[in-house]
Amino acid sequence: MQFPSKLIEEAVNEISRLPGIGKKTALRLALFLLKEDERTTLSIADALVKLRTLTQYCSECHNISDEAICTTCSSPRRDRSVICLVQDTRDVLAIENTGQYQGLYHVLGGLISPMEGIGPAELTIEPLVQRIQRQSSEVKEIILALSPTIEGDTTAFYITKKLKDFSLKVSTIARGIPIGGELEYADEVTLGRSILTRTHYSHDNK
Amino acid sequence: MFLESLSLTQFKNYRSEQLYFDSEVVALVGPNGSGKTNLLDAIHYLSLTRSAFHSSDQHSIQHGEDFFSIKGHVQRLGKSHTLLCAQRNGEKKVFSVDKKPYEKLSEHIGEFPSILIAPDDTDLIREGSEFRRKFFDSLFSQLDRNYLNTLITYTHVLKQRNALLKHFAETRSTNPDLLEPYTQQCIRLGENLYEKRQAFIRDFLPLFTARYAHVAEDQEEVAISYQSDLEEGNYAQRLQEAVSKDIQMQRTTLGVHKDDYLFTMNEAPIKRFGSQGQKKSFIIALKLSQFETIKNDKGYSPILLLDDIFDKLDDKRIGHLLDLLANKQLGQIFITDARPERTRQIFGSGANPVQMIQVQNGSILSTP
Ligand SMILES: Nc1ncnc2c1ncn2[C@@H]1O[C@H](COP(=O)(O)OP(=O)(O)O)[C@@H](O)[C@H]1O
Ligand SMILES: [Mg+2]
Ligand SMILES: [Zn+2]
Repeated sequence: MQFPSKLIEEAVNEISRLPGIGKKTALRLALFLLKEDERTTLSIADALVKLRTLTQYCSECHNISDEAICTTCSSPRRDRSVICLVQDTRDVLAIENTGQYQGLYHVLGGLISPMEGIGPAELTIEPLVQRIQRQSSEVKEIILALSPTIEGDTTAFYITKKLKDFSLKVSTIARGIPIGGELEYADEVTLGRSILTRTHYSHDNK
Repeated sequence: MFLESLSLTQFKNYRSEQLYFDSEVVALVGPNGSGKTNLLDAIHYLSLTRSAFHSSDQHSIQHGEDFFSIKGHVQRLGKSHTLLCAQRNGEKKVFSVDKKPYEKLSEHIGEFPSILIAPDDTDLIREGSEFRRKFFDSLFSQLDRNYLNTLITYTHVLKQRNALLKHFAETRSTNPDLLEPYTQQCIRLGENLYEKRQAFIRDFLPLFTARYAHVAEDQEEVAISYQSDLEEGNYAQRLQEAVSKDIQMQRTTLGVHKDDYLFTMNEAPIKRFGSQGQKKSFIIALKLSQFETIKNDKGYSPILLLDDIFDKLDDKRIGHLLDLLANKQLGQIFITDARPERTRQIFGSGANPVQMIQVQNGSILSTP
């Protein structure tokens, strides 16, 4: 691509580093930022700088936080006996949006994947062990809420090995047929797993 | 199964072309380099979601363009379906049937089966074990979706395990707890694949030997023997014991990823002891029994793609193929030939009407 100015070229190169954004889209965004009211552009830039420099990670659960300890970890209303293990912040948001969970979280920051150079040291596994050690009288259960992939399963396996000396209940979220989903359209792996991990039938089941 | 039409957009040397098929036998004729094989490959894409000839979809996008699309209308078991495969530069390949996109491409494998017979098929005899694994994996995958899913998962686990072994070797450290889940998965998935491959080959063999006897008209006794690290038994223990060797080699040294299928004639490897003619017969028999296996499983014929086979086969073997055709044992066939007169001559006497499609330089000239 030929650019009329070095400044545009530089902006396009930087913006196209964002995931899912190619050079064409980056050019469109750069021209937009140039044409818009100057205040809009500056406040976008300002928000990005603040996002990066001021964002902290909660020292307990490692979720994104405005304070050293996040609002979930410091809330007196949360059940401190359960910790739900998730891959990243998006999973915390998804589970929070269900309104079904009152416990705490621990954000791993990824899943083990040697191919991508991600080992246990790149994740918050050691901090998790230390956290449970500190709170061993409180924590009773760990819920593994990781994706049903090789990487998720490996990470779950590894973490349970690390936690085997604590007397904890370790559970994993149920995986199965989506509500409203028809059985015959479920793939065989999901259906097979749902049969194996079937639950007791009760009239209270919704 | 019957392919009624094909639309290509920026696929290889086709800018924008539509083809309509109204015969069971379609001959694609034209000079070398005109795009006959590319048409077969487009059909291969619709059947198996990928090229028969190269692993990168990028190569199928017309030079200088940023996407291709292939669309086809197919009759199957009395119903008509629209298949669409599209690839845009740097994006995920899209595949849809009747406008419903798949989440995973593997869901399509075996739904609209096809078999390709190509000039380089003798590679199956000549080349290393990965060619034979690929051939049988492709066949078994079209028969059994679970087999394909297990294979995909196994391959992924293996890549992770090997990456980890490499990491151990480079950092001169090991972490048994981290290797363990991969080892466990290799065992579980590997044993599953081993049992399935054994069972599939058991069923395949009688079909194959009968077909060979028919094609070759000789008394040689041919066989295919499946060979695996797992046949010695106790794979779990042996894989565990091999860990230090695996770390040293930086890869998984035992497993179904090293399986082979030994092709023999009178109990000697055909690779070394077979004549040219016997090898050709062996390959044709292999492909035709692949065809039959799928046909028996699905209850209808896969599409048969024959690339330049008249150059490779002698009259006797061509005659044999025509017999099958005359007996209505084959379904729809697409056949390429650089020499239209030859095709016309070969098919001219047969009972089946042949649709001749003339290709030149990425354009469809006429349908005489
Ligand atoms: N991505 C592509 N873009 C443009 N042309 C291509 C592309 N891939 C292959 N071709 C062209 O297709 C031609 C080969 O077509 P092919 O089907 O193999 O011919 P044949 O009729 O001999 O079977 C070559 O001229 C090659 O340059
Ligand atoms: Mg060709
Ligand atoms: Zn927190």
